[in-house]
Parts: sequence; C-alpha cells; structure tokens
Amino acid sequence: MEATVTTANSEKTWGGGNEPMGASYGKLMMWFFIVSDALTFSGFLAAYGFSRFKFIETWPLADEVFTHFPFLHGVSAPMYYVALMTFILIFSSVTMVLAVDAGHQMKKDKVALYMFLTIIGGLIFVGSQAWEWKNFIKGEYGAIETTGGSLLQFVDKEGHRVALEDFAAKLPVEREQLTRAKGKWFMDEAAIPTYTVAEVQAGFKAHPDVLVRIETLNKNKEKIVLSREESLVRLGQAKMVIEGANLTHNEYGSKLFADFFFFITGFHGFHVFSGIVINIIIFFNVLLGTYEKRGSYEMVEKVGLYWHFVDLVWVFVFTFFYLV
Amino acid sequence: MSHAHVSNTKRIWTVFGLLSLITTVEVAFGIIRPDALYMHNFLTMNLLNWLFIILTLVKAYYIVWAFMHMEGEKKALRNAVVFPLIFLVCYLLFILLTEGDYVFEVFKNSTIKWNF
Repeated sequence: MEATVTTANSEKTWGGGNEPMGASYGKLMMWFFIVSDALTFSGFLAAYGFSRFKFIETWPLADEVFTHFPFLHGVSAPMYYVALMTFILIFSSVTMVLAVDAGHQMKKDKVALYMFLTIIGGLIFVGSQAWEWKNFIKGEYGAIETTGGSLLQFVDKEGHRVALEDFAAKLPVEREQLTRAKGKWFMDEAAIPTYTVAEVQAGFKAHPDVLVRIETLNKNKEKIVLSREESLVRLGQAKMVIEGANLTHNEYGSKLFADFFFFITGFHGFHVFSGIVINIIIFFNVLLGTYEKRGSYEMVEKVGLYWHFVDLVWVFVFTFFYLV
Repeated sequence: MSHAHVSNTKRIWTVFGLLSLITTVEVAFGIIRPDALYMHNFLTMNLLNWLFIILTLVKAYYIVWAFMHMEGEKKALRNAVVFPLIFLVCYLLFILLTEGDYVFEVFKNSTIKWNF
C-alpha cells in the first residue's frame, strides 16, 4: 500500500533524500501546518466553551438566532440554511478529493473540472456566510439593554417574539444623527437606534399583552418570561435600545456570543477565502499544464489537504455554534 | 506503490453519502430536539449534545481518513498528527471548561453577581 520510496540505505540515513514518514516534504509540512492550525481553532472553540460555561444559564439559544432562509421572509427556519452551507462545503470537499483522484490518474481535464467545481462550491459557501453575517448584524426583533448590562426581549402572551416596531410608541423627539458632514470637527457617532428608550417604554405601557423575556433559562431550557408587573419594573431600568449585533452589544443575549460568532466564523471564513485563492492558483497551473510537465499532481493533493481541513473545521464550528 | 493509480471514486461517493446522512440526522435532531434526549443528562451533559459530539467525531474521522487519505499514510505520520491533537485538545477542554464552570458557580453562589 505505502507509496514510499526510501532512497537512503543504512549508511546514509541522515544524508537527506529519504522520507521517514513516507510522505514528501511538502505533504508532511502541510500536515504539520494543519496540526498547528487545528490547535488554533481548538483554542477558539475551547474559549467559546469557557465563556458559555461561565454564562451557562443565560446563553442565547442558537435556534432562535439563526432562523433565516433566502427568499423565505418571516418564516422561522432554524438550522436549515446552515445545514445547506454544510452540505455545500462537504460537496466541495468531494469534488476536491475527486480532483486528487483524477490527478493520480494523470487526467488533466478531469482535474481541471473538479478543481473548478471546488472553487465554485467555496465561493457559494463564503457568499452564504456573508449573508448569514448580514442577517446577524441587522437583527430582527430588537431588544433593550438595562443599566445592569442584561438584555430584555419582548414576547406576547403565547411566548412568541415581538419586534420593537410592533409596539414602540412614536414620541415627538428631535434627535438628529450626527454625521461627519454635520460635525464641527472630525465628529460622528454610532447609528442611532430607530426608537428611543422612552418610546419603547411608552409603547410597552400602551400594549398590555406584551411581556418582557429575560436571558435566564428555566428548567425546561426556555427563556424566562416575566409577569406584566415584573416586566414594567425591569423595563424601568432600561438604558439603551439594541438593534442587531456588533462587537459590544447584541440583541440576541450574551455579548460574548456575538464576539465569538464574528471571530470564529470570521476566522474560518478567512480560511475558506484563502483556500479559494490557492485553489484558483492551482487551477490555472493545472490548465497551463504545469503538473502535466512535472509528471505529478501532488500539488493538487497538498491544496486538497488544506481544503479538507477547512471542511473539517466547519464540521466542528457547525456542531458547537448551531447544534450543541 | 500501486494505490496511487487505483481509482477510489466509489469509496469517495460512499463516504459522501455517509457524511450527508450524518449531517441530515444531526439537523433533524437539532430541529426536533426530542425531550427524551434533551432533558436527560449523562456526566452533566445532556444526551442530545453527546449525540451531536459523537456524530461530529465520526464525521471528522471520515473526512481525515477518507478525504485526506490518512488511511493510506504510514503509521508514524498518522500517530504524529492524531495523538498530539487528541491529547492537547482534551487537556485544553478539561482546563477551560472546568474553569468556566467554576466561574459560573462563583457568580451564582457568592456575593459577586455580575462582572463584565
């Protein structure tokens, strides 16, 4: 089975030119790069686990965060889109390994075709991730952050989420967004939320069927919904209106959730992006016949290792961000 | 020597089928979240999470062994890649998750209530 050609004999073990692990220098180095990169991702995911265990009772439910599917507006479709992304990435892994396989048989056209399909798969995946980010940043319902730093979301009597726009009052407020063009000096500010705290409070008082939901999970692993009286008390502590997510605030719950989401999926997305770039370079080399002349498609194999690794990382990110 | 020229296409598609099947099962369980699994714990983690993690490891095994062709590599290379990873990741997880749980207990049971 082993494709090893050990050129050295016993006297020349240290003279170079032999392959102690039966893999070429390039492949071996790719493997060790993958080991170190896998440890980096393990570090990120373990840090995510740390933060989650630290806030185990108030961590957001992923089912409620990622509910969008393209062209299905207002339909709650938890998990479907990210499952689709997973399939796309696994499939691009398959085309990659088919390219490697065709390379072993020195079939240039087949290698080129499969490499091309892999690149397309990668592009679709990165595009999907961008779309997922867009939805995450934009938010859906909006929430209130209290002076104590905890987050209040709104539900109706049946426990369904209610968006701020559905109940917030419209008060006459003169508040103009400061932009650079209007500033006296280099001044601007973060975007002003659509509603002020006072508007949300007034609207809440006017809608007796709206309740506040806090971050804490109950025994049934559902977020606790406060009674009307408790809701009014908690809403009195409101400090700011949150719409969508950024690195310091997010409407989904624990601030760290958004930080880790941006950081880990961003770092993974960057890996996919660099994988696509490398794949494109190798693809053109295949077309130019570089490896045909070299007599070996090992370069496709090496970039294939990297691509599969990216897929492997996604499998874990998928599990720990969306499922567990 | 010879394996380099044998086509593995059939094995590749089999593994693809397997990975797709596992992902489908995971997603189905993730959407349904059956109480029988979700509400019962084994070693402080609920059974559903155990299922997800085990299925993920199975997927990882197939990706590394079949797609990255680890099964065709020498034992020395296999061990050099796999054992350090398993050891270090388990160690890291043990340390961080224990610590995270400890910090949670401190916030929950002692005078410190909230600390950013």
